[in-house]
Amino acid sequence: MTFTIRAGLMACAASALVATSASGETITIATVNNGDMIRMQGLTDDFTKSHPDIELEWVTLEENVLRQRVTQDVATKGGQFDVMTIGTYEVPIWSKQGWLVPLKDMPEGYDAADLLPAIAGGLTTDGELYAAPFYGESSMVMYRKDLMEKAGLTMPDAPTWDEIKAAAAAMTDKDGEIYGICLRGKAGWGENMAFLTAMANSYGAKWFDMDWNAQFDSPEWKATLTDYLDLMNNYGPPGASSNGFNENLALFQQGKCGMWIDATVAASFVTNPTDSTVADQVGFALAPDKGLGKRGNWLWAWNLAIPAGTEKADAAKAFVAWATSKAYTELVAANEGWANVPPGTRTSLYENQEYLDAAPFAKMTLESIQAADPQHPTVDEVPYVGVQFVAIPEFQGIGTSVGQQFSAALAGQMTADEALAAAQTLTTREMKRSGYPK
Amino acid sequence: MARMISSRRKAVNTAIAWSVGLLIFFPILWTVLTSFKTEAQAIADPPIWFNFHWTLENYVTVQERSNYFRHFWNSVVISVGSTLIGLAIAVPAAWAMAFVPGKRTKDLLMWMLSTKMLPPVGVLVPIYLLFQKVGLLDTQIGLIIVLTLINLPIIVWMLYTYFREIPVDILEAARMDGAGLKDEVISVLLPMAVPGMASTVLLNIILAWNEAFWTLNLTAAKAAPLTAFIASYSSPEGLFYAKLSAASTMAIAPILIMGWFSQKQLVRGLTFGAVK
Repeated sequence: MTFTIRAGLMACAASALVATSASGETITIATVNNGDMIRMQGLTDDFTKSHPDIELEWVTLEENVLRQRVTQDVATKGGQFDVMTIGTYEVPIWSKQGWLVPLKDMPEGYDAADLLPAIAGGLTTDGELYAAPFYGESSMVMYRKDLMEKAGLTMPDAPTWDEIKAAAAAMTDKDGEIYGICLRGKAGWGENMAFLTAMANSYGAKWFDMDWNAQFDSPEWKATLTDYLDLMNNYGPPGASSNGFNENLALFQQGKCGMWIDATVAASFVTNPTDSTVADQVGFALAPDKGLGKRGNWLWAWNLAIPAGTEKADAAKAFVAWATSKAYTELVAANEGWANVPPGTRTSLYENQEYLDAAPFAKMTLESIQAADPQHPTVDEVPYVGVQFVAIPEFQGIGTSVGQQFSAALAGQMTADEALAAAQTLTTREMKRSGYPK
Repeated sequence: MARMISSRRKAVNTAIAWSVGLLIFFPILWTVLTSFKTEAQAIADPPIWFNFHWTLENYVTVQERSNYFRHFWNSVVISVGSTLIGLAIAVPAAWAMAFVPGKRTKDLLMWMLSTKMLPPVGVLVPIYLLFQKVGLLDTQIGLIIVLTLINLPIIVWMLYTYFREIPVDILEAARMDGAGLKDEVISVLLPMAVPGMASTVLLNIILAWNEAFWTLNLTAAKAAPLTAFIASYSSPEGLFYAKLSAASTMAIAPILIMGWFSQKQLVRGLTFGAVK
């Protein structure tokens, strides 16, 4: 009798399981609003066709809102999302907290060894991959070939900061509303501080020494900030302290910038003749250096990760594998052309002649990515990981506060010395409050 | 002479009123205009006013990419639901405070208002955890509860102010005619307070419709209203201004149309008792 009841219960459970799997499961994907991610949403029929038991729900948010929402959810094990789009900054911190599912046992043919080492390195903790890169980027110099020619100059493939300054001076024509250089000035750890931290790396500056002491009182930081302010005040556009990526993109596309040093992903925008008035006049070069062995370029990737709180890890993994696979890049190429393939994640993409032909910026993008080393970002040894950020939870707050000081200096509200002193004080205070050195 | 000064003053006042009105309306006008431009035209410098090739492309893209009607329906349910529940709680509370005030009524009102002074982010984590435990994350009912609580002080204050304008003598006369409490509230008080209540309802619906902090933080895919719909078109890396404007126009259109049709009621209610 007991056996019969048990068998009956097991049968019920089995049929319930079958029913569940037949009706399928829905995974919720939190993602950021940008061209590559939106393109992926449009191509998901390909995934659901091969996985008819999995349905997809999308939550698309602006980058900063997304970061707040997914952090809140993963930290509280809220379980609202099964796949999260997160940046290179979050992955090492979250994986150490045990908030992410390690991406072991990816489906056959995923070819994790094909991922670009510089990108995969930033997503790996203790030898385990915790997020799959969807697209990667570095930063580089985008410049106007026609203006350089007019000024009688040639841009080297790997310029120095002195050459950038000379080119900016030669191309500036303020009466004609042409500014030699456009750089980020808007305050924020991912805005002006992304650029300035990368620039500081090339000047031999660093955020912290090996004992986690703030280093804004160093001569290297003074040289970095002074040169940045000098460039922007003399050759930059007016109101630069409120310019971020989009503002500079608009200026460059309208032909108002001689040079723009920013994300490599911008290359496809400025060379797109539909939106850019200077599409056929854009050249590319590596981010500048100061002869110290480090270039002023950053490294970033938007990655797909699975939060530890999800109950649908297998379905989530199937989706992550699909979206970051080689087959996906081929799918994008077939539907939208090779130039629209998400860049910067796989070695094989840069060995594909069709891609190299379609994307004139591909070679420089790859070289820029390879020139960045998140494990050793600075000239001197440092206790942290991350090129344009410091991968500690406190950095978002401190980075933005320091960015506000530097943005104020650019707006003329304080001097470089005052901004550096304020940055040193607030960083020291916050690090002490957070219990560093740990 | 006096008539000339009066008409000149009238003209000046009219000009000032129109200028202020246009100033307030300008961001909405610019958003609507931008929604019909291409992304390149949207960032053009100098800005293009009317002389551009009008396109519906952004609306088509937004419609293809997002489920507008699901967001719209969530906005309707959340804003109407929170308003009705808020009203059901606030009418008796405001009646008691207006007609049977106690020693501490004023303090109580001030305390209720003071809850609005707390930055919402201060209670985000506790509310998020509470909602997670009881399964209210990403649900319409969860948002209705939160928005009811947020807007309740405003509803009570508005109704209290309107009720105070109603002469107590009328209520006493009703009582002398044998009206009970229920009749007094439903048959005497409420009909007299209709303009005030209508404006309270409209204002509360507008506040709930536009609320972005809680709606963005407590929803994901299922209960996300139009505020989340707009947020999905904002981007710091990539030009989405024209699409963002189209999404914003689609999100504000229903509430704008509702406000347009009910503006008489709204103004009458908001100025009720302002001049004696």
